Amino acid sequence: MSATLLAGAILASGVMIALAMACATLRLLRGPRAQDRVLALDALYVNGMLLLLVFGIRSGTTLYFEAALVIALLGFVATAALAKFLMRGEVIE
Amino acid sequence: MTPLEQLPAWAAVPAALLLLAGAAMTLLGSIGLLRLGGFYERVHAPTLGTSAGIACVLLASMLVFSVLQSRPVLHELLVGLAVIVTTPVTLMLLARAALYRDRQEADATVPARQPDAPAAGPPAAPLAAPLAAPSAGPGKEPPAGDAASAAP
Repeated sequence: MSATLLAGAILASGVMIALAMACATLRLLRGPRAQDRVLALDALYVNGMLLLLVFGIRSGTTLYFEAALVIALLGFVATAALAKFLMRGEVIE
Repeated sequence: MTPLEQLPAWAAVPAALLLLAGAAMTLLGSIGLLRLGGFYERVHAPTLGTSAGIACVLLASMLVFSVLQSRPVLHELLVGLAVIVTTPVTLMLLARAALYRDRQEADATVPARQPDAPAAGPPAAPLAAPLAAPSAGPGKEPPAGDAASAAP
């Protein structure tokens, strides 16, 4: 009974996070200016990381957790570099 | 789905509620990202997912793995720490870059640069103009700005 409840909750969470990723992708494609696209990319990778964590709970392994950790660290570097590019026109000066 | 069936009900019900709450928060934040009007309003919306969404999903994950392995599993705190520390930094950088770009285009909707707040503000523009005029090269301006700010 409780396992069925948890399985349903995991499925519903996956669907909701996938819808959130669809919203972020729509803003990424539509966004009027470059900073909107960078913001949508930031939200997209955070949502993808959450989806990986939900998959990790479902499968019971910690492999997904490590992928989520890598996404969290590399996504910070990517967004910071893109923001610096928007500010200065180059990443490394 | 076999490991989840060993989970007792007192752990499965809070984990399910935490997962649903976190996913709902993330969905609300992304809908806000899609629906809000301008960039400076939109930049607030995804933080709902990076604070409450991440916290709820990580708490659910810690609860499930701690009960399944019958020992405290705390390595999810690493992801939470990384996201909570880096999100304000990236969004501040992004908002400042957007403000700079809007001011460069003389957008009337953003406030202008305060003339009295930084002392380095007004001399920066006359300093940059003569430096750019002799066409010394593209990489000339930032070191000169750093030297000028470091000298006094």
